[in-house]
Parts: sequence; structure tokens; C-alpha cells
Amino acid sequence: MAVHRRVRTALTTVVAVAVVGVLLFPLYWMVNASLQPATGLLQTPPRWFPVDGTLDGYRSALQSQGRPLLNSVVVAAGTVALTLALSVPASYALSRLRVRGAGVVMFALLLVQMVPGIVMANSLYAVMNQTGLLSTYAALILADSTIAVPFAVLILRAFMVTIPAELGEAAMVDGAGHTRVLWSVVMPVSRNAMITAALFAFLFAWADFLFAVTLNSDEAVMPVTVGIYRFIGAHTADWNSVMATGVIASIPAAILLVVAQRYVAAGVTGGALKD
Amino acid sequence: MPARIGFLAPIVVFLVLFFGYPLAANVAMSLREYTAASFYTGEAPFVGLANYAAVMGDPVFTTAVANTAVFTAASLLFQFGIGLALAVFFQRHFPLNGILRSLLLIPWLLPLVVSGTVWRWIFDQQYGILNQTLLGLGVIDSAVPWLSSTAIALPSVTVANIWVGIPFNMVILYGGLQSIPAHLYEAASLDGAGPWQRFRHVTWPLLRPVSAVVLMLGLVYTLKVFDVIMVLTQGGPANATQTLTTWSYSLSFGELDFGLGAAVGNLLIVVALLFSVVYLRGLRSSAPATARKRR
Repeated sequence: MAVHRRVRTALTTVVAVAVVGVLLFPLYWMVNASLQPATGLLQTPPRWFPVDGTLDGYRSALQSQGRPLLNSVVVAAGTVALTLALSVPASYALSRLRVRGAGVVMFALLLVQMVPGIVMANSLYAVMNQTGLLSTYAALILADSTIAVPFAVLILRAFMVTIPAELGEAAMVDGAGHTRVLWSVVMPVSRNAMITAALFAFLFAWADFLFAVTLNSDEAVMPVTVGIYRFIGAHTADWNSVMATGVIASIPAAILLVVAQRYVAAGVTGGALKD
Repeated sequence: MPARIGFLAPIVVFLVLFFGYPLAANVAMSLREYTAASFYTGEAPFVGLANYAAVMGDPVFTTAVANTAVFTAASLLFQFGIGLALAVFFQRHFPLNGILRSLLLIPWLLPLVVSGTVWRWIFDQQYGILNQTLLGLGVIDSAVPWLSSTAIALPSVTVANIWVGIPFNMVILYGGLQSIPAHLYEAASLDGAGPWQRFRHVTWPLLRPVSAVVLMLGLVYTLKVFDVIMVLTQGGPANATQTLTTWSYSLSFGELDFGLGAAVGNLLIVVALLFSVVYLRGLRSSAPATARKRR
């Protein structure tokens, strides 16, 4: 009986590995192609493994995409900073203070997440054009924050609602104001929720393509998503460098998955099931 | 008192400046002849609903609406179906379960431009792995133009989008499954219910609220998909993969007629809102079921 059971769970694992293998095959294929010499990719039958691999693709990717990668870091970091600065106090107010109009703000935050990005891009282009912000880091940071802020407030508020009120009340009896309570009591307790919100703000900004391609025509501020897009257009035969760029652009996501697994899972569910 | 206002004021200003004003500006733009020149001259003659009439009279409109509908419906159906099957499968206890589940998340975390690029290489007519494998196995006798044939491009783009969406569906549905009390399954088993009956009478009805949320978010998200289509086909060949989103983009940023692009964008908002209302009403009518929402 016990043996039978063990065989069955072992078989289940085998099936699971096979399923995951099939679903992740495109990623393997990206890594494989990134390590092949350019000529190796144009062979029949295809090379299934990167034997005689080369790092040429990575060399050329870093040469042409170094600046865009750096730009993506700047934009994503800026988005994280702005998002936290806006959403932490707002979540505190929405979760712990009885404020008039709080319901309206919550509803607005839910509703704006339904606005298609292309509409935002269209109108933000006009707005940024009038204010002279087009093709600046600020334009991309502000635009990317329109995706990140509503999401961050939902996650942070859902967490702060669960913090017992007594925690802050004790401090208030001692004469602390709301700013002090937020800073020294609520924020330290909310550290994990803040990390989750920050991770997602970073990922949203890092992955953004629509705003990057519409609000920016300057090579100097071009992020890596547009970098790859242009790269494919220009180097249709140079798939190994394209794939190497893809691998490099995926590194933040890979790091997140390894370092911050539980935050990621919390974010996916927390952001989706809003109530 | 001032602290309360101070905490909320920044986000209210942000919402007004970066959602309220742009959305109003978009409506205003859609009622004007707003071209690239308008940005320099500041002149954009008011044309009323002419942009909407022009857009809806354009043959591309019918194509874009049909493509959007097919793309969205097929994406939702398969993402949800495959996501649910995986979620149910991963409910079993077996070694490596946790690691494999988190590995499945990777496609969801990648920038869509990267996923699109990978699929473009997979679909490559001459050297893509898909054609090479199918030719090698003798399934097809000549290379299939996955992305350059008007008949096949839309299904191909949809497949890539389905792949992107599976992890999201799986994670949320898995969470929903975890919240179903185990004793219900035990009771069902005692009553002699087989696996299918347990799914049919326990899992499926109790998962309904979560399913509704997943489908709704999937719908809103799929309606506005942009990156995948742009990287794979740019809406081509001959508008075969043009959706309302990519069309709005090409009107505004390709033909530089922002008035027309804004009109299409606003139609897209109307569609998204319509579905949201239907969803919210459905949610309200099934209120008893949603009362026990997972937290």
C-alpha cells in the first residue's frame, strides 16, 4: 500500500515536470538561441542544445542595449519611489482614518485600472507635449506610475486594514500625531506589503512598452523594451543577440522570482482579489 | 484634521492630473480634427462626432472589432481552461510541487516584449522551431507562414497571448481551490462521489466567485493587449491581427491623427465599461455565493 502510494506520487512528479517543461520550453528556446552562434540558428535540423556555445550575442547585446538597460533601471527606480510616496500615506488614510470621500477615492482607483493603456498613451502624449515633458525620464516615470499607484494602494490598504488599531492608539495617547504613527508604527509593520508593492511597481515600469514607445522619441532615454523592439526591426538575421537581449531584460523578473517568491505570490493574489 | 487631508491630498491630485485630465482631454481630442500639426499651431477645429463616424465607417473597424472579439474570447477560454486544469493538478501532494508552481510563474513576470520576441522566433517561417519540428515529424509538407498569412496570423498571435496568461489564471484559481474546505471533499467521497463528481459538485460551484474575478480581469486585460501583437505582427498582414488597441495606436502614432485614435480609444473604454457593468450586476445577483470571499 505504502509502496503503491509512493510510486503514484513519484509518477505525479514526473507528469508535473513534463508539463512545466512544455510550458517553459519557449524560455529554454530563448536561452538556447542566445548562446548559439548566429549561423548556428540558421541550420536545419535545429540545434537543440548550445554545444559550442558563444557569448557573442551577449557581447553585442550589452554593446547596443547597455544604455537602454540603464534607462530602464532609472525609470523603474523612479516609479517605485513615486509610487510608494503616493500610496503609503494614501493607504494609511484609507485604511485607518475616517476620511470623507475615501469611498470615492477607492472606487476611482478600481475604475482607473480598467482604462486601456492606449487611451492613456494617447492623452498623456498631448499632456506631456503641452508641458514639454515628452522624451524625459519624468514622462515615463509619471506614466508608469499610473499603472503602479492604483495597484500599490490596493495591496497596501488590504494589509493595513489588518493591523490592530491599538498599535497606533497607544502612541497617540503618548502624543504622537498621525505622521508619527505612520512613520514609526505602521510603516515598520507593513514592511512586507511595501516590498510587494515596490516589486510590482518596478516590474510594471521595467516591462512597460506602450508608454515607452509613445511618450519618448529620444535615444538617450529609450528603455530596453523599446531597445529590443527596434533591435528586431534592424537585425532580423541576428537572432542570437536579440535573444541575448531578451534574456538580459528578463533578469529582474528572474531575480524577483528567486529572492522574493512569497511577495510575488502575495502580490498576484492580493492585486487580483480586491474587495 | 489637517493630517487626514494631507495623507490623501497627493493621491487625489495625482488621480485628477493623470487620469481625470487625460481622460477628459481624450474625449475633447476625439471631437476635434487633431493632427500632428495641431501640436505646433495649437489649432484643432471642432468637428463634433465626425471622427466617430469616420472610424465606424472605415472597413478596418469591422475587422478590428471582429479580431478583438475572437482574440479575447479564445484567449479567455484557453487561459482559463488550461489554468484551471493546472490548478487542480497542483492541488495534489507530490515532491517538487512548490518549486514547479513558482517556475510556472516566470512567463507572467517577463516583459511582454520579451515573450513576444521569443514567440516571433518560434513562429519564424524558415528557421522557427515550430515549422522545423512539424516538418521533421512529417505533420506538414511545407513551411507554414504562421505570422505572414492572413488566415493563420490571428490564431498564432492568440496562442502566444494564451501562453502569457496561463500563469495568472493558474495562481488565482489555485488560491481559490485552497480556500475550499477539505471536509467537503471528504464528505463527498463518503457519499461515493468520484473525482469528476467531486469537481462538478464541490469544486466548480465553490470556485465560481474566484472564476468570475479571474475572467473579468482577464477580459479587461485582454481587450487592451498591445505589446504581444505589436512585436509579432504590428497588426498585419493586411490588418489580419489588427485589434481596437493596435488600430488606435496606428491611427494616433502612425497616421498622426490623434482625433481618430482618441475616438477608437474611447469606444474601447465603452466596451470595457459595458462588460464591467454586466460583471458587477452578475456579482450582485450571486451575492450569497460571494459573501464568503477569501481573504
